[in-house]
Parts: sequence; structure tokens; C-alpha cells
Amino acid sequence: MWNFHNNTPIYLQIVDEIKMQIISGNWKPGEKIASVREIAQEAGVNPNTVQRALSELERHELLFAQRTNGRFVTEDAEMIKNIRREVATQKMKETLEALLQMGYTPKELEEIVSVYLEDRESA
Amino acid sequence: MQSIVEFDNLTKEFGKKKALDQISLQIPKGRIIGLLGPNGSGKTTMMKLMNGLIQPSEGEVRIDGIKPGTESKKIVSYLPEKTYLNEWMKVRDIISFFGDFYADFDHYKCRELLKDLNIDINDKLKTMSKGTKEKVQLILVMSRKAQLYLLDEPIGGVDPAARDYILKTILSNYNEGASIILSTHLIGDVEKIFDDVIFLSYGTIALNGSVDEIREEKGKSIDELFREVFKC
Repeated sequence: MWNFHNNTPIYLQIVDEIKMQIISGNWKPGEKIASVREIAQEAGVNPNTVQRALSELERHELLFAQRTNGRFVTEDAEMIKNIRREVATQKMKETLEALLQMGYTPKELEEIVSVYLEDRESA
Repeated sequence: MQSIVEFDNLTKEFGKKKALDQISLQIPKGRIIGLLGPNGSGKTTMMKLMNGLIQPSEGEVRIDGIKPGTESKKIVSYLPEKTYLNEWMKVRDIISFFGDFYADFDHYKCRELLKDLNIDINDKLKTMSKGTKEKVQLILVMSRKAQLYLLDEPIGGVDPAARDYILKTILSNYNEGASIILSTHLIGDVEKIFDDVIFLSYGTIALNGSVDEIREEKGKSIDELFREVFKC
């Protein structure tokens, strides 16, 4: 069962979760995805809610449907790359904005980020 | 969209007390509905009316266009709040009992689900724990290919792990295109399986809407909203 938090619609949380699966490469480009019912069971949610999330992802062309064959992950590498970027930017924005409000300067933050990444690499 | 259940200005009185007061409601096909409300708000009364176990004082309830009775019971699979199965019966007896009563009962599915839980069909109900008994009853009810499943407090008396099992069993076994009405006062654990929720308060409908729309509009979960609406 997937975990959902309280204050946003469940279908949007499913959309986000599936985006993560795609950008992390767990769901590969062009790969067929599980059926609505299978996803609903795994997530422990209503099939109609999953249906709504998948339609949303289709509308954004991250998934595409083949009439009788099921749904597939987009093969558009450029699009996946854009979404990777989008997600990272969003996460960073949340963190950095909070830190800037606490009074950190952009320069300080830049240094902290690069030191952190260096340490992590050498560890 | 065609309704599977319609309440038409229905009132139910027990003596002087109004258990339900002028309820009008339509439940479409293919939806999972949470019937939510504190103790004594009228949930079980609604369930019993839909099963024809009690009669309305005024107004009407219709299942797929007809009054509850022999015909409607063919398409309604009902899990009552209290068990009606005999304690001395073996699981295999109850299975054939259900098979005799309901043309849409799937023996094979029932046995498979029981096997998943390591329940021996030669065991008697009497020897089972409360939680296991509840699971057996749920399996029987979900093994029918019904149009409407009425589940009255299916998760009331079981531990959280069993609760997950029960929800999973409901989701993976209900007949496609059917509707489910599930009554409960434990909302947090189950709200993610609902399309729509109905809040009952003192026999009237306090709120009726789609879970995701309510979350979007109010910025809070159904559980939080419930605690707010029914604050003591």
C-alpha cells in the first residue's frame, strides 16, 4: 500500500508517484504499465481514482494508451528529461526558499551545496 | 448515469424517534461509497432498509429501480453488522449454503480466497477467532458477482493488519461495474478507497461529495473534516 498525505487529492498524489517511477527509471520509456486494477490494488485505492490519475498523465503525454493493448510510458526522452528537471527544481525551490528566509545568502548556500556533494562523492 | 440505489424522501421512525429524516439520495453504478457517521446516526438503519429487513415509515427506497425484496436480493451482497451464520457450521457447509442461495456465488473464488488465508474449510466457525470469523464472512460476501455490495462496518472489530487485508480483498474482488456502500466510523484507514462519501448526522445527510473534490476544496482529509463536523 502506498502512503498518502492528508491535504491534497489522492489522484494528484498518484500522479506524482508515477512521475517519480518514470524519472527514476523504474518505469522505462516505452514500457507497458500495469492495469488500472493492478495499480489500484497495489496502492490500496479506488480504481476510479487511479483511472483519473492515468488520464491526467495521458493528457500530459507522459503515458499513452494503445486502444486494446494497454498503457505505455512515453518514449520521448526529451520530455522525461524536462520532467526530471522540473521535479528537481521544485524540490530545490522548497528547500532553498526556506533557507533564504532564514537569512542564508545565495553564496553561502552555493558553498554548502557543493561541499555536501563533494563529501558525498568521496565518502 | 443510472442509479443503483435511490432514496426518495425516506423517513424511518422507531416509536417517536426519527432514525432517518426525509433522506433523498442517488447512488450511481460503479462507485465505492463511504457511509460515514457517528454511532446512532442512522448508518445501519439505511443498510437494513436497502436490504428490505425493515420498512420505511414514509417515502421509498429502490434498488436498481425496484423495491427491496426477493428480486433485489439476487443482485445485492450484504455483510451485516452482526453475524447470522450458525456457529456449529463448518466453512464447507456455509459455502454450499451460499451456493444454494445465490446464483452468482463463485465457489472457486471463495475457496481460493480461503486458501490464501490458510483457513481449513473443515473448521467450524465456533473454533475461530473473532477476526478470522469476520474475514470468512467478508470472503463469502465478496465471492458473489453482485451489482451492489452493502458492507456494514466490515473493519470494525479487527486489527490494523487485518484491516488492510479486508480493504485489499474488497478492492480486488468486487464485480466490475458494481457499486459498494461501506459504512464505518474508522475513516482514516479507508478514505482512500472511496469515490464519494456521505456524512450522516442525526438521521440527515450532512455532506455528500467526492473525496478528491472535498480534499481539494477544504485542503484536508475526510478524516480531519469528519472530526471537525462531528466534534463533541
